[in-house]
Amino acid sequence: MVAFIARRLMISAVLLLVGTFLAYVLIALSGDPLQDLRQDTGPDRENRIAARTELLDLDTPVVLRYFLWLGGAAKCLVPFAGECDLGQSIRGQDVTFLLSGAIGATLRLILVATVMAVFVGVVVGIVTALRQYSRLDYSATLASFVFVSLPLFWFAVLLKQYIAIDVNDWLGDPVVTVGTAVAVGLVTGLAWGGVIGGSRQRTLVSFGIGFVGGAGLLLLLSATGWFDSPGIGPIGVAVMALASAVGLTALLSGFGYRNVLYAALVMAVIGIVANLSLGAVLFDPGWWTLLLLLLLTVAVGVGVGYAMGGLQRRQAVQAAVWTGVLTGFAVVVDRMLSAWDNYAEAVNGRVVPTFGSETPNYDGGFWGNLLDSTTHLALPTLALILVSVATYSRYTRASMLEVMNQDYVRTARSKGLNERTVIIRHAFRNGLIPITTLIAFDVAGLLGGAVVTETVFGWQGMGRLFTTALTEVDPNPAMAFFVVTGAAAVTLNMLADIAYAYLDPRIRVS
Amino acid sequence: MSAPPPVSAQAQGMTVVARTQAQLVRRRFFRHRAAMSSLLLLVLILLLAVTSIGVGPIPGWWDKPYTGIGPVVDEGRPTLSVVPTFLGGDGLRWGEHPFGQENQGIDYFSLTMRGTQISVMIAFIVGLLGTFIGVAIGALAGYFRGWTETILMRLTDVIIILPLLALVAVLGRVAGNQGPVVLAVVIALFTWTGLARIVRGEFLSLREKEFIEAARAVGTPGHRIIRKHILPNTVGVIIVSATLAIAGAVLLETALSFLGFGVQPPDTSLGRLVSDYETSFATRPWLFWWPGVFILSIALTVNFIGDGLRDAFDPRQNKVRN
Repeated sequence: MVAFIARRLMISAVLLLVGTFLAYVLIALSGDPLQDLRQDTGPDRENRIAARTELLDLDTPVVLRYFLWLGGAAKCLVPFAGECDLGQSIRGQDVTFLLSGAIGATLRLILVATVMAVFVGVVVGIVTALRQYSRLDYSATLASFVFVSLPLFWFAVLLKQYIAIDVNDWLGDPVVTVGTAVAVGLVTGLAWGGVIGGSRQRTLVSFGIGFVGGAGLLLLLSATGWFDSPGIGPIGVAVMALASAVGLTALLSGFGYRNVLYAALVMAVIGIVANLSLGAVLFDPGWWTLLLLLLLTVAVGVGVGYAMGGLQRRQAVQAAVWTGVLTGFAVVVDRMLSAWDNYAEAVNGRVVPTFGSETPNYDGGFWGNLLDSTTHLALPTLALILVSVATYSRYTRASMLEVMNQDYVRTARSKGLNERTVIIRHAFRNGLIPITTLIAFDVAGLLGGAVVTETVFGWQGMGRLFTTALTEVDPNPAMAFFVVTGAAAVTLNMLADIAYAYLDPRIRVS
Repeated sequence: MSAPPPVSAQAQGMTVVARTQAQLVRRRFFRHRAAMSSLLLLVLILLLAVTSIGVGPIPGWWDKPYTGIGPVVDEGRPTLSVVPTFLGGDGLRWGEHPFGQENQGIDYFSLTMRGTQISVMIAFIVGLLGTFIGVAIGALAGYFRGWTETILMRLTDVIIILPLLALVAVLGRVAGNQGPVVLAVVIALFTWTGLARIVRGEFLSLREKEFIEAARAVGTPGHRIIRKHILPNTVGVIIVSATLAIAGAVLLETALSFLGFGVQPPDTSLGRLVSDYETSFATRPWLFWWPGVFILSIALTVNFIGDGLRDAFDPRQNKVRN
């Protein structure tokens, strides 16, 4: 395994070197950085041309210039030296400085989009594979075709013009009409009926439950004025914690052997108590505090599961840990929404923003800022993930269908395991192996998509840095974009390969 | 176990017709409903785009030029109507400016048709040329192996790690000024990577087969083995990939033109139209809707055709889809 990782590291480094060289040459060929000065008629034209030539080393041949640039860029690999030098922009700014301002927003966008796309895509893929050739399956297939064919830039503008403005107008007077509730109820009912499947009667009952649940919840929330100031509250957190405990137990082990359920429930209760007693810590925490709490949650979950698991210790640990994490997530969302009023006031009730990655000059404490970032992320992420969701769901579906036909799944069925165990423990994990390689590919695509999304939504991210640099024939910032995206793609590919080799021992040998 | 008597099929009133592989594929494709209706729609769109404003010196049946500035009638609202009068609409009507007019009074129908022509042309050049390059590189790497394979596949890896849209934007910045054909060729230089990997994989498995060994044993030269023995066996994969590459190219070119690094004025494309009239969305949304709907329709129909072809070429699909 060590030899395998070492070899992958070497290959990745070479790939990145050649990749940046290719990008550097192409950028140099793409235009003349002195173009605007050549047409200049001012008296100090010669001086300015000379100054810029000096600044960008334009007298040096391209190949040599690449190695000079590489010399500076290589210093970025030395940790904590602070000598990172990616050259200067056409206006004489340090590219490292420009990059540090741009990279955060883009990475946030890519990270959230990847997590969301993988989650939604894999869930849809598994459900459609289990309900193959059902109406749900056909609808999902059709939807994925539309998503893949949708021009991202066009869809993003549509989201901006219709969804954002309409939602904001609606939030001014948030009343759900019966018509809307019925429409939403139909959608949730159809989806639920499709997911549960089974006989006609069972489908109809599931449809009814979904319909009443969707429409009723909307009307209830509207009647209680929830949309004026949304939140979860301690009771909501408690309900979600207990629901995730029960749900995860049902998914991971079933209720035949009670220890898993008890472990998950104990974990949920610990979460609820912690939510009520940790008010001071969670009043205005930082990311490190949250990370520490997450680690603590996992540790407690492992402890509870281990102590209470009995014969199904492994499932108990999993159920307890995931219950803890989900409860923690509910707590975070709850605290974040507590900043709603403050935030809505700051943006004059236009809660869904269409421009930028954060509200300028807004500081609502940790939770307010988190809410601010989240609302700014909503539409760009939605636009960005459509293609990825379609890809992941198609891929997962195909992979699951293939795995479900394997002999070991048939063996698992024939030895009398119930369907849940067969799917979760035998099919699901093997079906997901090919997805690891897909993620690495997809992130490169998302980075390209981020260029478009950032243009439409006016983010000051790396995509914007790139398009501006390209328009102004400014080589170094454009190069910075390729370095970051290339490094990200290479690293992810390497991680995917290693994960693949870890999950599938056949790969390691070759 | 004795083989069933040959008369049994006829005895049951069924006749067995011998069909070649190509006939089977064609049959499966023609019975793929989604693919056939997509093909029909795509042909209609292409016919509309080509015949309405004509190509080059050949005039079409639509009399308004896509460059002619004129007076803006009725704020440039579209005159196309498909809602019959008894439903409260204006009846079926084509009108003076079916898609409306843009800010300077240019007829938007002819502008959209011009954009469709350019976008589709670029997409086809990119799709076909990219497929050709991909097949050539994949075939060479897969057949000859050794150093050829290492170099070609590492080159593929290098291009894959750079975001395609950004890479093409860098070159499109220059090539865009030299007309859509040059732009298309330049884009194609970077879109072959996926297919090259697939073709190489196919070649790697096929070159070990007995019939290739036999061909080699009688002294058939390498280029002939590739052309006559291996390529025909990979034609399904290649045709499907080429179709999907065209759909991808439509989206890539329009995105590029939207960012301003693709087709440059005086030429236009569907992506350029979306970008040019994004700002007038609030006042004249139709300027934004038409090109977007055309991009979506073209990409969607081509994707469906690709899906139909994939099913048709899949030997496991014994059942004919109805």
